[in-house]
Amino acid sequence: MSAFHPHLLERRLRLTRTVVLGAGAALVLVFFRTQILDHSKYQLQSETNRLRPIPLPAPRGIITDRNGKILAENLTGYTVSLLPADEDSLRATLRRIAPIVKLDNLAVERLLIRYRRTPYLPVSVLPNATFEVVSALEERRLIFPGLLIQPEPKRHYPDSSLVAHLVGYVGELTETERAQRRFAAVRLGGLLGKGGLERQYDDSLRGADGVRFVEVSALGHVVREGGTASRLPPVPGRAVHTTIDLELQRYIAQIFPAGQRGAVLALNPNTGEILALYSAPGFDPNAFVGGVDPDYWHRLSVSEAHPLFDRTIQARYPPGSTWKLAMAAMALRRGVVTLRSRMPIPCRGGLQYGNRFFRCWSAQGHGDLVLADAIAQSCDVYFYQLGLKLGLTSLFEDATGLGFRSRTGIDLPGEITSEFPSGTDYYDRVYGPRRWTSAVTLNLAIGQGENAQTLVNMVRFYQMLASDGRARSLYLVHPSSSGPTPSLGLSPEHLAGLRQAMTWVVQRGTARGAGRFGGTIEIAGKTGTAQNPHGPAHGWFIGFAPAEKPEIVVGAIVEFAREGPYVAPLVTRVIGHYLGVDTTLASKIRIVLPTDTAPHAMQILPGIPEEDSTIVPPILPPSLPPDSGNAPPPQ
Amino acid sequence: MRLRLSEIDRPLTAVVLALAAYGLATLYSAGQTDVPTFVATIWQKQLIWLAVGTAAVVLMFRTSPRLLEWATPYAYGIGVVVLLLTLVAGTGAGTAASERSWIAIGGVRLGQPAELAKLAVVLMLARWLAERREAPATLRDLLPPCLIAGVPTLLVAKQPDLGSAIVFIAILFTMLYWAGTKPSLLLLLGSPVIGLVLAFSTVAWGVWIIVLFALLLWWRPYVWEGLAVMLANVVMGVVAVPFWGRLAPYQQNRLLAFLNPEVDPRATGWHVIQSKIAIGSGGFLGQGFTHGPQKRLAFLPAQHTDFIFPVVGEELGFVGVLVALALLIALILILLRIARRATDPYSSLCVFGVAGLLFTHIIENVGMTVNLLPITGIPLPFFSYGGSFLLACSIAVGVSLRVAWEARQSGYAEL
Repeated sequence: MSAFHPHLLERRLRLTRTVVLGAGAALVLVFFRTQILDHSKYQLQSETNRLRPIPLPAPRGIITDRNGKILAENLTGYTVSLLPADEDSLRATLRRIAPIVKLDNLAVERLLIRYRRTPYLPVSVLPNATFEVVSALEERRLIFPGLLIQPEPKRHYPDSSLVAHLVGYVGELTETERAQRRFAAVRLGGLLGKGGLERQYDDSLRGADGVRFVEVSALGHVVREGGTASRLPPVPGRAVHTTIDLELQRYIAQIFPAGQRGAVLALNPNTGEILALYSAPGFDPNAFVGGVDPDYWHRLSVSEAHPLFDRTIQARYPPGSTWKLAMAAMALRRGVVTLRSRMPIPCRGGLQYGNRFFRCWSAQGHGDLVLADAIAQSCDVYFYQLGLKLGLTSLFEDATGLGFRSRTGIDLPGEITSEFPSGTDYYDRVYGPRRWTSAVTLNLAIGQGENAQTLVNMVRFYQMLASDGRARSLYLVHPSSSGPTPSLGLSPEHLAGLRQAMTWVVQRGTARGAGRFGGTIEIAGKTGTAQNPHGPAHGWFIGFAPAEKPEIVVGAIVEFAREGPYVAPLVTRVIGHYLGVDTTLASKIRIVLPTDTAPHAMQILPGIPEEDSTIVPPILPPSLPPDSGNAPPPQ
Repeated sequence: MRLRLSEIDRPLTAVVLALAAYGLATLYSAGQTDVPTFVATIWQKQLIWLAVGTAAVVLMFRTSPRLLEWATPYAYGIGVVVLLLTLVAGTGAGTAASERSWIAIGGVRLGQPAELAKLAVVLMLARWLAERREAPATLRDLLPPCLIAGVPTLLVAKQPDLGSAIVFIAILFTMLYWAGTKPSLLLLLGSPVIGLVLAFSTVAWGVWIIVLFALLLWWRPYVWEGLAVMLANVVMGVVAVPFWGRLAPYQQNRLLAFLNPEVDPRATGWHVIQSKIAIGSGGFLGQGFTHGPQKRLAFLPAQHTDFIFPVVGEELGFVGVLVALALLIALILILLRIARRATDPYSSLCVFGVAGLLFTHIIENVGMTVNLLPITGIPLPFFSYGGSFLLACSIAVGVSLRVAWEARQSGYAEL
């Protein structure tokens, strides 16, 4: 018999009807109980709308350096807020409270706008109250209905501007951030990381806010802790342990030439751990806690030095002569040259190519050099010819392979991509086919031309030289596991040879003035000078030590180093300090001027766009901070 | 074939029109808050969706059940593929921002495929069960339908949208029942889940295993099937507790969050309290249309989607709730009658499956507003704002109208 015989269907239909009607009846009963029997209880709760959730901010996780020293911690502060009953009484209370907490009319209006958006949440009047204000308010508690003074964790950065770019800062959730999935759990008015590690690891640092429910009287006075709902304690954020060596970071900040702009990055070449990351000028991240002072924000955002901007990962500079090691590595891997190769034309202070004369930085010339000596002397003529031997196509291919057109993937937000032409079609596109010549190779060979690298990307390249030739994933907390990492593809002999040549840079080459600490360690490195059409050149130095088995790589750039780069002694001091061979007090350090000054880039092409040779202006937020405590919401 | 307006099923039309009007009015009211938000104008968008839905009703009414039966496997296939795409490229939205339940092209959110996939599963199950004619008699017979419903269930659960996953399971069980599967067999099919839940109390689990053993002796399924059921229950019981215990606390929290992902678990208490206050304060006659203070002051969470029923409770009181529940239950009963009178098993199963789908939505959505059931984010038919689900409901209504019309044409008379 078919399962769909009418009699069978009729039987099942009866049972189904019973179930449906039974479920309906159960719902009706529950609603009857809620709406009729318990009506007065809920009516009271609704009329008075007594139950208010008060967020209990979770303390953010602390951030420590590799030895457990504090980079970011929490102090206790007091927040003054009001539990509003309705708009009129809130306005009246705000008027009365204004003289004590120093609110002007504009601030009162902002608070009212804020209240209209989230009428059930307490209105934060003063995010960071002093003890005097708190006691003054406590004395007059009766005339301020709904006054709420709670202890709240306040973010504090003991080293202030010294670690500013590294740790970032915290601020209130903005409207745009609110729309992002990542911050869906953050309440309106909640704090989150705005830059640096605070932003990158916000998910672990943030924790989860708790909530307590209080009942308030019709006037807004807190009657008692909520009856029906329990209190949810906040879940503190997790601590983040970084690879930073705070002591080294402080040392760098101390010896960095005062008033100069630039950046220093130190890392462990064998693991990819970042040991120090310093960008100058800095800013005070503590000033952002509890809403930034508009004047301070204005000063930061109009400053020509762009202090908010992290020069280790957010600025591109032409690499200058530091690029020569990249040329040497590419040529060695392709077998174009060996470490003992000489070039057809010895250096006489320049090279005639086509109808142009390309100068070497040394007008007297370097004579006939092998590759290792050419590195030590940073001879431009040698590298012009090496570039021509290597050829443009190989150059573009290898530069892409070595990551000179990508990001390093360091675990900090806002790293920009380094720039290098992808192929000859780049020139076809920019200048038009056949409107450019292979003379661009000569500029590219000495790190000028259409080449702009971030400090972190160049340091990562030297990390390859200082280790087994393979790039490490650079990190402050966790290495990222994404994507293949580039590799030099050089034999151990070639690597050793290049390192040897780099030790000569410091011993008798372009950086011979830099500290060698009595020969206790061998420091390898390379100077560089980046031509800058806007003014004096930018100075580079990237070095590592000990040369045989490097433990630290340090790269530095100093912008507009007018008198020539200060940079080599800066870096060698940092290395010496880290390895414990330099015991000179930081305050006594005298900077010695090295002699490397690169020739101006040859003007080969008509109307070269200047996009390649300058630092990228940071994208600055509008002059009013979007996360200032009392900013009106965008309409 | 001529379709005359006078021949369509009047009770169904009347109830659906009443529900659509009631739902739209409630949605309008839900937007009337003291501080206007985007919800204020959402009823206008719903009006457009209602127009689209009306077109869908007409289209489905003109579609022969035979054509539908032919197209069923394609609809099901497309449904599964789109669910897969959603997992890969889905986006979150609104209150369910952490889920991947939306499909979007070029940043424009097109809809939530899970809602339409529910219909596809109803159709596919109807086709498979109708072709057999015989009721599934063994657990082995139940394997294909379990696969048909199981694949989308897993895909949806992975979004994660547990509410919709539960709806798929409910559809499977109601349709198996309508196809004549013995309740004992359905109980055996569901028994491992019961075993898993009960495993957290050793006594309860022990009693359950003894009861199950007795049931197996009484019902006498095939020996190997009985063994499989017993084994599944024992494995669940043995595995559950040590597995749970070996998890770190944060992993346990994560699993708990997985069981209830739609809402921030920390805010759940708040939602239920506010919902109950709104409903309870409504009293017998309510606070008056558009005048509910809980809603006006934005105390109600998601008052235009998941928590729209408290708006009815607060503003129109117990009377309004009774009317709404009566209409919703009447809708289900009318669908059951149409399923009973359908001319062929496929049509009958389709309509019954649709009834099961809507019933699950109604009970879960209304039940959670009074803390009778845990909170999941599934919409209330004809009330909650949302295009995909309204479209799915419209298609279901169109199919049901056609099935009722066919029965009438074939001269069905009450026995």
